[in-house]
Amino acid sequence: MVEYRIDRRSGVATYLQIVQQTKQALRMGLLEPGDRLPTAREVVEATAVNPNTVLKAYRELEREGLVEARRGLGTFVRATLGTGPADSPLRGELTDWARRARAAGLEREDVAALFTSVLKEHFEGDE
Amino acid sequence: MTDPVIEADGLGMRYRRRGGGWALKDCTLALPAGRVVAVVGPNGAGKSTLLGLAAGLLRPTEGRITAPTRDRLAYVAQDKPLYGQLTVAETLRLGHELNPDRWDPAAAERITGPLPGNARVRTLSGGQRTRLALALALGKRPELLLLDEPMADLDPLARRELMGALLADAAERGTTVAMSSHILTELEGSCDHLLLVQDGRIRLDGAIDDLLAAHTLLTGPIADLAPHTVVDSRTTGRQLTALVRREGPVEGPWETAEPSLEELLLAHLRPTEGAPA
Repeated sequence: MVEYRIDRRSGVATYLQIVQQTKQALRMGLLEPGDRLPTAREVVEATAVNPNTVLKAYRELEREGLVEARRGLGTFVRATLGTGPADSPLRGELTDWARRARAAGLEREDVAALFTSVLKEHFEGDE
Repeated sequence: MTDPVIEADGLGMRYRRRGGGWALKDCTLALPAGRVVAVVGPNGAGKSTLLGLAAGLLRPTEGRITAPTRDRLAYVAQDKPLYGQLTVAETLRLGHELNPDRWDPAAAERITGPLPGNARVRTLSGGQRTRLALALALGKRPELLLLDEPMADLDPLARRELMGALLADAAERGTTVAMSSHILTELEGSCDHLLLVQDGRIRLDGAIDDLLAAHTLLTGPIADLAPHTVVDSRTTGRQLTALVRREGPVEGPWETAEPSLEELLLAHLRPTEGAPA
């Protein structure tokens, strides 16, 4: 079972926080196919978040094929989310790149800004 | 879209005392059932008047308002009126006797939980009285729950707990909840519909997601923002920061972002630069 932590000051929409935290739990293996997500009532009671927001997040996860709602029973995990293994070639390339960026004198924040802007360029409209 | 649970048409309310000014004027709205509505606005804007009219406790000076009948709605006034000489248990029994067909003791006791049953109401703290008043309202299993500044007396922990219990109950039974506050952070995230009241008028009315999506916060060089409707704008040196209600896509040299609820509200409440306040 996951427990959601809602940060009202983060600037990230609440339903997206629920979507992202569910995905994170899937990536980490904390949620596996067949597991039940907390009911809207349980989430609302623990977080004081609007019930419709929870339902919106669950609909979004359902649309992405990650969970399914079973009438009267709850919402269940259908799929896992793969993450590149820690030693994947992609990670290696990124590590090299970060090393070069640092050698070139970039600060951590410069690197983060650069990375974010490239992410934005290539994944525009995915969220 | 479901049938509205509160409908007002040309609603106005004028107080005989207080110099005869309008507390509420030209108010037309239709609140869909099942929403959790934030009634937001500065002190004295007309929030309590609107809730009192919806509860049927005030009579409109003009126009009309329809809401569920007295037995199907619950209203918790700002001062949480209770009988001081009764105990907590007696108050709950009274709630049961006044609502014999609807009363749900479990729903009420979930809220009163930590209160001692034999304590007299007059010995309770402000926060405990709020708890008891909310328990009475929820025990009635209302279709519409009207709460005027419900959380003002509560510490942050109790606030979170009671808001959670309130929303969980609403989620289970599809109750429509309308609650007022002048403290926005109390309501952000918990509500899905907004009514912004200012100077006795409704300034914004709609689903919060839709309202946020209809507005854009932009920063960049000073330029004409037409055809968009400028809600609030200010300039610092060569930079313009504005919140607009969009008419079509925003095209221009601006950085754009969706505003937060707080930014949206402040922009609407702030007098615009150069405009008469």
